[in-house]
Amino acid sequence: MNGKPKIGVYVCHCGTNIAGTVNVEEVRDFAASLPDVVVARNYSYMCSDPGQALITEDIKNYGLNRVVVASCSPRMHEPTFRKTLESGGLNPFYLEMANIREQCSWVHEDPIAATEKAKRLLEAAVVKARNLEALEQKEVDVEPSCLIIGGGIAGIQAALDIADAGFKVYLVEKSPTIGGHMAQLDKTFPTLDCSACILTPKMVDVANHPNIELMTYSQVEEITGYIGNFNVKVRKKARFVDMDKCTGCGDCAEACRLAGRIPNEFDEGIGMRGAIYLPFPQAVPAKYTIDKENCLFLAKGKCGETPKCQEVCQAGAINFEQQDEIVEFKVGTIIVATGYDVFDARKKPEYGYGIYDNVLTALEFERLVNASGPTGGKIVMLERGKKKKKKEEEAEAPKVPKSITFIQCVGSRDKSVGNEYCSRVCCMYTAKLAHLVKDKIPDCEVTIFYMDVRAFGKGFEEFYDRVRREGVRYIRGNPSEIFRRGDKLVVKAEDTLTATPLEHETDMVVLSVGLVPRSDNREIIDILKLSQSSDLFYLEAHPKLRPVDTASDGIFLAGVCQGPKDIPDAVAQAKGAASAAMIPMAKGKVKVEAQTSVVNEETCRGCGFCVELCPFTAIELVEVNRQGWPVKVARVNEALCKGCGACVAACLSGSIQQRSFKDNQLLPQIKVLGVK
Amino acid sequence: MAEATQTDFQPNIVAFLCNWCSYAGADLAGTSRTQYPSNVRVIRVMCSGRVNPMFVVNALQEGADGVLVSGCHPGDCHYMQGNYYARRRFKLMRNFLEYLGIEPERVRMSWVSASEGAKWKEVIEEVVEGVKAVGPMNKFQRRQLNW
Repeated sequence: MNGKPKIGVYVCHCGTNIAGTVNVEEVRDFAASLPDVVVARNYSYMCSDPGQALITEDIKNYGLNRVVVASCSPRMHEPTFRKTLESGGLNPFYLEMANIREQCSWVHEDPIAATEKAKRLLEAAVVKARNLEALEQKEVDVEPSCLIIGGGIAGIQAALDIADAGFKVYLVEKSPTIGGHMAQLDKTFPTLDCSACILTPKMVDVANHPNIELMTYSQVEEITGYIGNFNVKVRKKARFVDMDKCTGCGDCAEACRLAGRIPNEFDEGIGMRGAIYLPFPQAVPAKYTIDKENCLFLAKGKCGETPKCQEVCQAGAINFEQQDEIVEFKVGTIIVATGYDVFDARKKPEYGYGIYDNVLTALEFERLVNASGPTGGKIVMLERGKKKKKKEEEAEAPKVPKSITFIQCVGSRDKSVGNEYCSRVCCMYTAKLAHLVKDKIPDCEVTIFYMDVRAFGKGFEEFYDRVRREGVRYIRGNPSEIFRRGDKLVVKAEDTLTATPLEHETDMVVLSVGLVPRSDNREIIDILKLSQSSDLFYLEAHPKLRPVDTASDGIFLAGVCQGPKDIPDAVAQAKGAASAAMIPMAKGKVKVEAQTSVVNEETCRGCGFCVELCPFTAIELVEVNRQGWPVKVARVNEALCKGCGACVAACLSGSIQQRSFKDNQLLPQIKVLGVK
Repeated sequence: MAEATQTDFQPNIVAFLCNWCSYAGADLAGTSRTQYPSNVRVIRVMCSGRVNPMFVVNALQEGADGVLVSGCHPGDCHYMQGNYYARRRFKLMRNFLEYLGIEPERVRMSWVSASEGAKWKEVIEEVVEGVKAVGPMNKFQRRQLNW
């Protein structure tokens, strides 16, 4: 393979994507005129079977030892063409690509300028190709285990699939229970299945599965390593309750001096809990947790004579001495399923959320209609922040709203709050909630203000139609304001279908808030170096063809952390992520980065700059014998090197080089691109 | 006459883009069919940390009118710290070039993430405008030395 380079150049039309702007024949002729180019061709779709066959045939017939493909981005088809080279019997790293689609034909309208640029990019690829070297891709073993971050429906589904296939799963959940947002829901659209009835059995399966190690109230602290060999550090936060002893009887929660006085996060603050609590009765694990911020004993050091919970716990499970525990383990793959937050309705102050007691978010309303919610599923007017004595509460029955108004697209499709996207679930969950209202209070007047109704899924349109027939009134218009008049709330809007301004009086307003990226997303981004898309959800490797992968090998995405989706879509993606994660685990081996750094030990002077700055501690100084003298030189551990090249730029003598990005490969590129 | 040449001048700019953020952002600009000037030619590196500051000098020597180095936003580097290294090196090199009398408008560093196709266009337009304003680079020609 050594000796004179014989380069084949292939210019792709990509239908009209490239050929529509770039004169591909001119580019091909230009390529043919470059030194060392023995064959140059253009073809409509290089990535297609006949396109790839052109390359393999030419490798055989012309004895090509370098291939340059001028087509789409290497981020798209570099793996494809590397395989082509391999099947043609050439080392896959003898490939170089010129990106004349994403960075040329698609961004420049002028055919002359685009063709000129395509030629230069192609020339740069040819001169780099001339100095490319064959690389060996090493294989490492894959740990047959998976870390799943987040125990909502996506994380649960992925965990069950992987565990059922026989691999070990570590499921880490931040809150005291798994279940996520789905556990908060009452019914699910459009089929009206009871959410708890379909979710809780899966939660129990997770807890009982021999292959799943469940870590609730835990957080991932640190992850190092690479696909096949990630080292994970998890902090199990102190619950102050001995998990082995707690029977989940609930005596402690009843006895807690603060019982019923702390807003329960699970009930979106509509229901109350104590300082020791179970978020909801079907929580998994069914073990109590003490919230140390609120617990009198932990926060103030005093809880009467003795802490009540300790007094009543017959199992002796309360342990105020408990400390956070750090656990470390190794996994081969990681699935991120961290879910979402709902939009903070306070960012739309015109709707008066947080000011008026009966302006609710849809998730709060969800808890209100939920049979296992704080009101037992009774829809009642709220009196927030008012401390009531038990007797009074019994005496005065809470009022039932006579009219309920929903406002859709709160925090979605709204540039003023920075969320341009559609949250995909609000139209349907609003229809579902409207149906539930009609079901529970048949004479309640239900109005929905909407921009558009997007009923795109299976059974959605039928459900929307059913809800309208039930007497729910849809008004097309985006309300501008909500204010109080007497004991009513007034929604000010314009019916845009009739162009009539209107003031709509109602007892209760439900804001159909959208789904937004979690406020603590940053923690996971910092640990895993994930990218975000412009909506700030996690970015998948390819929007169409790699929807569950991330840019980092071995790390996958599932559920709403990647973008808004409903339950079936989240489950489908979780199953996709699970199967993607199982591929390297089932294979047992994975190819590691080949474009690593390499040291010329003859010229290295052992200064150690590279050792200092390598973020992966992949370089160390070793002593070698140089013509009878012991000298220190740098040496790269290829299993640890991720191929960033930071060491190369720091080397004073040019002794350390990154394979495929060596100085003698990049400098010719600079030379041809620099020339006017 | 001088003004006419100034406006007709199409600068040649060499850009070094990291594979994970800026190159992906430039690809996104393409996928979104964002139109921008064709003066910038990209060299892909895996990380902006690979960009040897001498590459900037090399490009200017070879005839480029401007150089752009673009990487992930601080904190987002795929390789943890590469963009920080790039930033430090670039800052020093820029000071040095300024000391040598090279207009600082010619060299630029930017952070463009994989989702910022629109920002990529803005960066390109700014760079091209900046370089156009200072005119062609001709102070830094590589000469053949006859030692």
